[in-house]
Formats: sequence, structure tokens, C-alpha cells
Amino acid sequence: MSAALLIIAVVVVGASALGVLAGRRVPMNLENWTVGGRRFGVVFMWLLMAGEIYTTFTFLGASGWAYSKGAPSFYVIIYGTLAYTLSFFILPAVWRAGKRHGLHTQPDFFIKRYGSRALGVLVALIGVVSIVPYLQLQLTGLGFIVEVASDRAVSSTAAIVVAFVLTCLFVFTSGIRGAAWVSIVKDILMIAAVAVVGIGVPIACFGSIGTMFKLLMERMPGYLAFPGGTAELGVGWVMSTCLLTGAGFYMWPHVFGSAFSAKSAETIKRNAIIMPFYQIPILLVFFVGFAALLVLPGLANGDTAFLALVQKQYPPWFLGFVGAAGALTAMVPASVLVLFASTLIAKNIYRTAFAPSAGEDRVIRLSRIMVFVIMVLALVSTFFLRRELVYLLIFGYDGVSQFFPGVVLGLFWKRATKQAVAAGILVGVGVVVALIVSGRDPFLGVNAGFVGLLANALVTVGLSLAAKSAASSGEWT
Amino acid sequence: MKKGTRAALLLGAVPFVMLVFALPIANREHPVVLGLPFLLFWILAWVALTPAVLYAAYRLEKKHNPPDRGDGGEGGDGSEGS
Repeated sequence: MSAALLIIAVVVVGASALGVLAGRRVPMNLENWTVGGRRFGVVFMWLLMAGEIYTTFTFLGASGWAYSKGAPSFYVIIYGTLAYTLSFFILPAVWRAGKRHGLHTQPDFFIKRYGSRALGVLVALIGVVSIVPYLQLQLTGLGFIVEVASDRAVSSTAAIVVAFVLTCLFVFTSGIRGAAWVSIVKDILMIAAVAVVGIGVPIACFGSIGTMFKLLMERMPGYLAFPGGTAELGVGWVMSTCLLTGAGFYMWPHVFGSAFSAKSAETIKRNAIIMPFYQIPILLVFFVGFAALLVLPGLANGDTAFLALVQKQYPPWFLGFVGAAGALTAMVPASVLVLFASTLIAKNIYRTAFAPSAGEDRVIRLSRIMVFVIMVLALVSTFFLRRELVYLLIFGYDGVSQFFPGVVLGLFWKRATKQAVAAGILVGVGVVVALIVSGRDPFLGVNAGFVGLLANALVTVGLSLAAKSAASSGEWT
Repeated sequence: MKKGTRAALLLGAVPFVMLVFALPIANREHPVVLGLPFLLFWILAWVALTPAVLYAAYRLEKKHNPPDRGDGGEGGDGSEGS
């Protein structure tokens, strides 16, 4: 067994064991399964959020985009900052609603606010459909990272299957706590890996980061301003994509749900203030992509830039270290995604639509079984449907972003009605699907998801205004 | 809308103005600042300043809207508490 493979195996199995142990002595009810008993303080919130934010996309997709597209990749660093700013204003109100009404999931919120189980089922369905490609993205990335880092000693398929078993294990035993604990190991390794490569390579090869950018601007003028190395991703695309993904970020069912894990509204506000600092490692990832562009020009697939650069510049054991970090960067987000998808299916599709009388025990048991079902689904689609990494993420974003008007108006505008919100979501999703399927994304230089979101907001506001009276229940406010 | 909330919302608009609506103006490689192309420098500067902006919003809200009992520092919705 090579040094690289040994490092990967020890780290991945060790971190998973930590995740399994995290759930010891915690009785598994819905409150602990999805929202960690609503007891996470600033530190655990930080871990949970970092666990959800830094995905394999951070590793491969962002460096790949910097490599192959240049400036348009900067949208990644912008939209998170916009999302945290929004969270400062929106999430405390979400948290209060969750606390007051004992909510666990995003569809719970819609059901309670709008008094409509059908709307809850619709939101749950769109949530699950958006999560599966995101989960698949994690698995594809993981297989790829481990295969390269182990120097092909482990095939991508074998790596995905092993990671699948370990991830299911710690989600099954510990719920959301397992994810937060594994995230500790993951964040330390990931930040170390991107710092070493993102700062080390530019200094070793060019003397300084400034010299690297000078060389880039000499050799490829215009690459570091929009639209960079692309024809269609101009400043209009960047602006609309940042607004779309900034609005959509907290609309992911798992990220929305993290608001319920916080101990207090205060925790959420403080967390939102420090969150923009999370973006710094992404900057280092861009440095990796740009350094690779100068050191290793002409790679067929930009997503391979990070690992190819490490392979060229560092000893094999360090490649193993990066591989281990990369594997965990896929497993933690995967665990949170699968946990929320399974809870949505058990609680908000099965119970809400088919068995309103089902007890909590039955819901939790079904959630735990669904963990395996969803992972198998993602596994199958990973093996049979492969795409370029970042596009999958954008498709998922287009879907979940459509919840934004329903959440924000639901919190701050009493007149928003269930019919208007349901119609808005359906119109938004319809516009997005129509534009993407007909090959019109970007549409007139604007992100198709953003066009859908605008249509959605117009429909939601218009129909709410048209409704005769404010239909909001007194119980909510 | 309370005074503190309105001021906080205005501050909250700052990152959107600088990081989205100002992009057409900031979309250039030169001048180089601190070794970074101008566009990247502009984005990083406003990402780094956002915590300061949010902290100012947080102080303002706290000053003008004293916190509710029970949820530690939230007073924007005028609710009766749980």
C-alpha cells in the first residue's frame, strides 16, 4: 500500500468513526436528527455551515473555472457574501418561527406559514429533486479525487462505494451531529491543503502571487476581467448569477434547516457577521487554478487542474493528504444533503401527503431507511450520468432559488397567499426548465434561473395583491 | 418599520451595490492593486468589508430596538414573544 493511499484510508475511516461516535448517548428523535436539539452555539454553527459550504465544488469546480474560464469564476466569492448578508436579515425570523412552532424542515415552514399541506409537498419535491444532482456532484468529485490521489490504486467506482458506506453509517447513527463532527477534521485538512498549494505554488514557481498575475495578464490579456476566457459569461451573467445564487443559497433545504439548529437568533446574527471570512479559502483555490494555467497549460478538463498541479509539484504523500481532504470535502456535504433529502421524503412527502397520523417513531425510522435509498439513487446516477461539475450545481440552484419569494414574503408580508406562492414557484421552475431545455441559458446574457426568479416574484406579488383580503392566520404573527 | 431596522437595511444594501451593481464599472484588469488585477481586488475588498458593514448594522439594531425576552437580541418584528 502506497503512502498516499494509507493516508487517505486512515483519515477517511478515522473521521467517519468520529462521526459515528458523535451520536452516542443521544436519543434519536426528529429534534436531534435534523436540528441537533436546537442547541448549536456560534462554534458548532460555524462548523456546520463550513461543512455545508466547502464542498468538492470548492476544490475542483472553482479551481477548474479559474483555470478554464478566468474571471467568471469570481462569482463564487461574491454570491456567498451576498447570501450571508441576506441571512443576517432573514434567518433570525426563520429561527423564531422554527422555535415557536417546532419546525424541523423547510416544507414545515411553508406548511405552517401558509396553512397548506399541498404547498409543503411541492416544496419538498422540488427540494429533493434539486438535492440529488448536488449529491451526485459530491460523489463524482470524490471518486475522481481518490482515484487520482491514490495513483489509480483505487478506482473511482471503488472509492465512491466505500465513501457511500461510511457516509451512510455516520449519518444513520448520529444525524446532523455526525456531520458537524466530521466537518472539524475536514475543515482543518482542507484549509491546510488549499493554503499550502494556493500560496506555495505561486511563490515557488513565480516568486510571488503578484508576479503570477502579472504574467497572466501579459500572456492572456482580458482573462481576469469578465467575460474572461468565455464568450457568453459577461458582466450581465455574473450580476444575475450572483443575485440568483445569493438568494438561493439559504433556500437549499439543508442550509435553510441549519437555521433551526442554532441556539438563538443572536447566534445566527453573529454568525452572519463573520461568515464573509469563509470566502478567503476560495481565493486560495483561485490562485491554484491560475497557477495551474501557467504551469500546466492545455489540460483537457479544467476540473483536473488542482490535482494535476499537486501531482507535478509535490511528493506523493502530499497528494494523499490532498486526496484525504478532498474525500472528506465530498462526504460531509453529502451526509447533510442525504440527511435532509431523507427527512423531506419521510416527514413532508410520506407523512404530509399520505399518512398524517404517522407518529414520530415511524417518521424517523423511514428517514433512516431513506438515507440508503437516496444514496443508492445518487450512486446509480453518478455511474450513468456524468457532467461537468459546476453546471450541475447551477441547475440545482435554479430550482431551490424559487423558494425565495415564498420565504421572504411569508416572513415579512402578511398578504402573501398560498395560491400566489404555489403559482410563483411553478411559474419560476417552468421558466427555468423551458429556457434550459431549449438551450437558452444564459438568456439575453442573463442567467436563466434569475429570469425564472423574476417571473416567480412578479406572479407571487401580483396574485397576492389580487386576492381579496389578507389571508394570513393570526396564529402565525 | 423601526428606525434601527431601516438603517440596518440600508447598510445591508451596501454589499449588493458594491459587489453586484458596481461590477460593470469595476470590470477591468488595470490598475493593479497590491499585486491583484483591479476587478479581483475590488471584489476582495468589499468581501472583507462586509463583516464591518454587518457589524455596524448589528449595533444599530441593538441600539434602537432593544432585544425581546427569550431569543437574545432580536426586536425587529414587534412580536409579543413566545
